[in-house]
Amino acid sequence: MRRKKDRPRKAGPEKSALTRRDFLKGAGVTVSGGILVGSTVASAAPPGPESGFVGPGAVPITLRINGKTHKLNLEPRVTLLDALRDHLDLTGAKKVCDRATCGACTVMLDHKPVYACTVLAIEAQGHDVTTIEGLAQDGKLSPVMAAFVKHDAQQCGFCTPGFVIACTAYLEREHNPTLDDIVKNLGGNICRCGTYWGVRHAVLEAAGVKGGA
Amino acid sequence: MATCKYDWPPEGQRGLIGKSIDRLDGPEKSSGRAKYTYDTNPPGRLIAKILQCPHAHAKIKSLDISPAQKLPGVKAVLVIKDAGSEIQWAGDEIAVVAAVNEEIAEDAVRQIKVEYEPLPHFVREDDLEKAQAAGRTKDGGEAKQGDPDKAFQDPDAVVSEGFYGLPVITHCCLESHGSVAHWTDAKTLKTWTSTQNVSGGPGQFGQGLRLKNVQVDDNNIETVCQYIGGGFGSKFSPDSWGIEAAQLAKMAGAPVRLMLDRDAELKMAGARPSAYARVRVAAKKDGTLTAWDSESWGTGGMGPAGHPPLPYVLEFPNSHWKHTEVLTNIGGARAWRAPNHPQACLITMAAIDDLAAKLEMDPIELLLKNVNLAPPVLRKAYTDELHVAAQLADWKKNWHPRGDKTPGHIKRGMGVSLHTWGGRGHNSECNVIIRPDGSVTVRLGSQDLGTGTRTVIGITAAETLGLPLEAVKVEIGDSKYPPSGASGGSTTVGGVSNSVRRGSVDARDELFAAVAPSLGVQPTDLEARDGKIQSKSDPSKSLTWKQACAKLGVKTIQTTGKNPGPCHLGDSGVGGVQIADVSVDTETGQVKLNRIIAAQDCGLIIDMKTAESQVYGAMIMGVCYALFEQKVMDETLGIMLNPNMEFYKLATIGDFGEFVVHMMTGPGYDERGVIGLGEPPVISPGAAISNAVANAIGVRVPTLPLTPDKVLAALEKGAMA
Repeated sequence: MRRKKDRPRKAGPEKSALTRRDFLKGAGVTVSGGILVGSTVASAAPPGPESGFVGPGAVPITLRINGKTHKLNLEPRVTLLDALRDHLDLTGAKKVCDRATCGACTVMLDHKPVYACTVLAIEAQGHDVTTIEGLAQDGKLSPVMAAFVKHDAQQCGFCTPGFVIACTAYLEREHNPTLDDIVKNLGGNICRCGTYWGVRHAVLEAAGVKGGA
Repeated sequence: MATCKYDWPPEGQRGLIGKSIDRLDGPEKSSGRAKYTYDTNPPGRLIAKILQCPHAHAKIKSLDISPAQKLPGVKAVLVIKDAGSEIQWAGDEIAVVAAVNEEIAEDAVRQIKVEYEPLPHFVREDDLEKAQAAGRTKDGGEAKQGDPDKAFQDPDAVVSEGFYGLPVITHCCLESHGSVAHWTDAKTLKTWTSTQNVSGGPGQFGQGLRLKNVQVDDNNIETVCQYIGGGFGSKFSPDSWGIEAAQLAKMAGAPVRLMLDRDAELKMAGARPSAYARVRVAAKKDGTLTAWDSESWGTGGMGPAGHPPLPYVLEFPNSHWKHTEVLTNIGGARAWRAPNHPQACLITMAAIDDLAAKLEMDPIELLLKNVNLAPPVLRKAYTDELHVAAQLADWKKNWHPRGDKTPGHIKRGMGVSLHTWGGRGHNSECNVIIRPDGSVTVRLGSQDLGTGTRTVIGITAAETLGLPLEAVKVEIGDSKYPPSGASGGSTTVGGVSNSVRRGSVDARDELFAAVAPSLGVQPTDLEARDGKIQSKSDPSKSLTWKQACAKLGVKTIQTTGKNPGPCHLGDSGVGGVQIADVSVDTETGQVKLNRIIAAQDCGLIIDMKTAESQVYGAMIMGVCYALFEQKVMDETLGIMLNPNMEFYKLATIGDFGEFVVHMMTGPGYDERGVIGLGEPPVISPGAAISNAVANAIGVRVPTLPLTPDKVLAALEKGAMA
């Protein structure tokens, strides 16, 4: 089946490596450049055309982020990360590897940490999205954030919001982790400045704070 | 001892300096509020994407951007390398597109039609003979001291020979390189740039734009960088893509964001030059080092990469080194945290460690014996640090001669290394402002790379003015503030703390002069401490800070502090010793890092917490390049095989055991004043870990990273020897 949007890249002799979008679009949800409204797309998605497909042009997308509802008009191929950063100016989640490796874009989808670079915005409909901006209520640092400050678990800070989300989500399901548990469960976030020593101590501290609360 | 008015307060009179204090911008960063260049979204901003060359070496036969220009949503397309241009490495920029969103920009890049004529390429970095045969070498310098030939021939000399090396690695900044450019009117450019050189930004943008026939005056350009997501030496200029962002913004009449994609970041935004060396080193039987001889080579792409300073730290009485630059079709070299030092350190410390093994000597004893070959200013530091690190590692108990003889396939070993760096403070100017309501602002065109620059500025001013840290507002990251140097070479902490100290002392003295009459004392009798201005001779004569500032009436105090300047506030030259403890699985070849111990000096420490963080972080970066990192080039295609974060391997939170950091403080260190710390602790981990692995398994794994395949190959070769 010809995919109109993809034709130029097939024709281009200098096609670069598979991009994240190629991957996402090829991952089984794409037909005719549009998106099949099915099980991978939340049932709360706005009804598409009778055919059950939406796109490839912009479609209405409704996202619930940090308890607030946002109505957007986006192409189905737009990732949740780009929707947050480029369309809603929620820039706490960072774009680093853009391929679900480094964790800098981590957000929570119904309390589950996900890499927002590898979730389509249209797929996030019907879920509760929590970003780093939603964790610091009224400007007050969350216990994990405060522990990151205290243990200097950040240098340049670019991996930090993703790490804070990952740690927060981890501590929501594990209340009394050992150091061994922590390093086994938080390997999905990469820091270049080398703040892991502080992160280990911050997570231990935040777990203690939570445990005592 | 004579005092000088700007001198740092002596031990015992320091309220904040040297304490462990939270970084000022910690809450902004951990809550995600900190806005980086990549996060800047001025209204109507377009997104730009670069078309990269897929060939390692090629000529552009033809180029057609018109299909991209026709795509709805595309606002500007700029040709960077036109037909006829020769491209020297895969990933170089060909054209760049600005469009209303990321998706359309990517579509448009794919529509650009380019015909290339591929040309022969060369990307092999570790084989000098191959490079010579390919005509890809250039003289990289040579020097001789004493009579090395004679020293090596001495019948009493014990000589060790070896081959050591490290490949090219990249910076892999988590915030990729890039800028957001916004022409606020036809003549005025505002740029947000991920840069280590905020004050230099306007000049760099102006020059770059005028070369592209965009007329703009430097004084109509503002560069902003409040937060930067890593630089490590790779972000001293806006780069070609920064200029392109401004060109596109001009063409499109809208702000443009041009941040490199991850693959481009790893291919084109800088690499640490490789270094390989064949080394001979000689000592007397008692371990006294006598002679060094090295033939080294390395690559920084097609351009110069400098040479590792060999032999490192220790000045042998007889030495000879010769370096050759290998020219490869890879992206150009950039300064990488402690340029050329980790390379020189590995080559030298591994060679000395192999010699110690041959002499059947404890390598720490050998280093202590030869400490007089180190620069005089560092001999005390190295002696102290070798003892401190050995004690913290319980070296005497845990160290064993080369080759762990205990049964089983897990072998444990320890290795030591030492390093040096300059770190003198750069030129810096700041304004210190005290207002009648008591508010204090310190302002300078510096930048905080995550090292804690904001925090040391705040601590210095607060300490000098006798105020709590939160009473000082620190403003940096904007070229409209007084110029401060680029952050590179560990020069920032010395530069900014010294200028801020001088500016704050002058501001404080102006305040003393303003309030002295009302207290009936001489200004010289006043001191600022605990939020008060009070008489030293009669503390009952005192005003709160706010009362004192109110005496200014409508006058605002504003001073300019500079570095360099009067009084000894800083110095250059630090030492540092690290000991690594590893376990190696001889069946799988896997190296597990149990522990690194660091003893590090850097003169007077302003903030112990962020100073220690520099060392912890540097050790983790060291673990990355010792065990995992490499820019892997395909010899046949000439392309980088791992321009992503799945296969460009960095350490994660579980890839190391324990770290012990001991900062040298007190007499002998504090009086040297402030010296930089960013580079030194990243230098030794490669050598210390390599030496520990050799100590564990009994043979040298010649090159980093110490991956399982190389460990197994070294074991096999050792077993056959």
